[in-house]
Amino acid sequence: MDNFSQLWPLLYRALLETALMVSISIFFAVLIGLPLGILLYITQHPLLFKIKPLNATLGWLVNIIRSFPFIILIVAIMPFATWLVNASHGPVFASVALSIAAVPLFARLVESSFNSVGDGVIEASISGGAPLYLIVTDVLLPEAKKSITQAITLTIISIIAFSATAGVVGGGGVGDLAIRYGYYRYDTLTMIVTVIVLVIIVQIVQWAGDFISNRAEER
Amino acid sequence: MSIQLNNVSKTYHLKGRNIEALKPTSLKVETGEIFGLIGYSGAGKSTLVRLINLLEKPSTGTVIVGEDNLTELSSKDLRIRRQKIGMIFQQFNLIESKTVYENIEFVLKASRYNKKDVPARIEELLKLVGLNDKSGINAANLSGGQKQRVGIARALANNPDILLCDEATSALDPDTTKSILNLLKSINRTLGITMVIITHEMEVIKEIADRVGVMSAGEIIESGETYNVFSHPKEKITKDFVQEIYNFEVPEQIKETPENQVITIQFLSENAEENYLNQLYRDFDLSISILNGRIEYIKEKPLGFLMFQVSGKVEEIERLKTHIDNTHGIERVGYIG
Repeated sequence: MDNFSQLWPLLYRALLETALMVSISIFFAVLIGLPLGILLYITQHPLLFKIKPLNATLGWLVNIIRSFPFIILIVAIMPFATWLVNASHGPVFASVALSIAAVPLFARLVESSFNSVGDGVIEASISGGAPLYLIVTDVLLPEAKKSITQAITLTIISIIAFSATAGVVGGGGVGDLAIRYGYYRYDTLTMIVTVIVLVIIVQIVQWAGDFISNRAEER
Repeated sequence: MSIQLNNVSKTYHLKGRNIEALKPTSLKVETGEIFGLIGYSGAGKSTLVRLINLLEKPSTGTVIVGEDNLTELSSKDLRIRRQKIGMIFQQFNLIESKTVYENIEFVLKASRYNKKDVPARIEELLKLVGLNDKSGINAANLSGGQKQRVGIARALANNPDILLCDEATSALDPDTTKSILNLLKSINRTLGITMVIITHEMEVIKEIADRVGVMSAGEIIESGETYNVFSHPKEKITKDFVQEIYNFEVPEQIKETPENQVITIQFLSENAEENYLNQLYRDFDLSISILNGRIEYIKEKPLGFLMFQVSGKVEEIERLKTHIDNTHGIERVGYIG
């Protein structure tokens, strides 16, 4: 590609694809990962809901998914993803794998966010006779709000990075553009522009995340 | 409401080792009294107080609060029962991201308190602890003393019969400690709440405890009426605690010999010190100089110590000692100084 006007339509389309993939994946990462993270935390806490076998099973499952190199994960879950979204390529199809990769990552981040909540306040809640659900909604979540917001930021950025690989199943996106045009075709202009765009996106996400998490704390 | 611990003990299993945090202990706390437990860290007092509301499950024994055997309750019944056993903590343990109002609201939510009555109840509690104007402030922005007041309001929200205090003043400065102790005392008087207070500070015990248990190495080694325990301490650790409040030390330059001795006496009644000393000056041919003297009030009863140096003939000193030993209300003690 010789100039920017040729690149622009491709880049525009790639941006939309990235936005779509990230939105779908972060939605499911939070929807499933948040309860999973809560479960991981409470099943190991002696004062809450300690069930060692359940905690071990969940932890094991999470670790297995997190061990997969992303590209192998995409291929491994292809039949499942095809069945789920009734398609075999494209950004929505790629989002299945992205979500599956993001859920355990986010769940672990949520779990460690709770670890920063002091045992003292949990002990006080138990001694006040509070039921488990109230401790989760009124103690753990508000106390960990700032670090959970940071976990969402980190997960979004990880999804953006993962999504570059989504090109193998026609997912598209900015990262894929960088690899296919910039890297394989030795197209320096595309390479430079896409990398700059990615840097800007990540910066914006980080900045917005920090802004929101600081506001959560100042409330 | 009374508390009865029957042969409770607690053993932790850590990496294949058994650690006996609490040896089999029985204890009865009567309705409406303030029972203090004093001991150095690691004495097992924190474990003992946590057994009362079963934050720690006893390895053996039963915990009976009022009519209920807590050790036999289902986990749901135990949760409901705990709403009637308030607890406050050294580090306050508030929900830092929430306001004072929301912190108290939390335990009212837990007990399904009638929603309509919640604001009035919270206002009443804040008035009781003297924080009427702090309702909307974030817990994180309060001072230590204010946090503990919120902790107390939260602990009292569901009208408990019992209040457990886990080193409640240990993170506070002396003035704030006094004001919190006064608040606890007035709550005990006006609401008749039974209190168990654990601490390593004599200040707390002598100010507020009706009865006291001295803990060491996982057991209560000495207990009774606070004044009696500290005026006639038997165990070394109890004596150390008494020494701690009087803080008497024999000056280094004094070399004790048979002709030159340091004597410490204890007065069990008020205003006796001066008269008694005059009498000693008059009746004995000795040179007497005062090294230290102090009266402390234990549960509002005075307990005074006087340390003096006597020099003169050995026989005269012996006669003085015999005289002291035969005087009612005055005792020679060896553990001070």
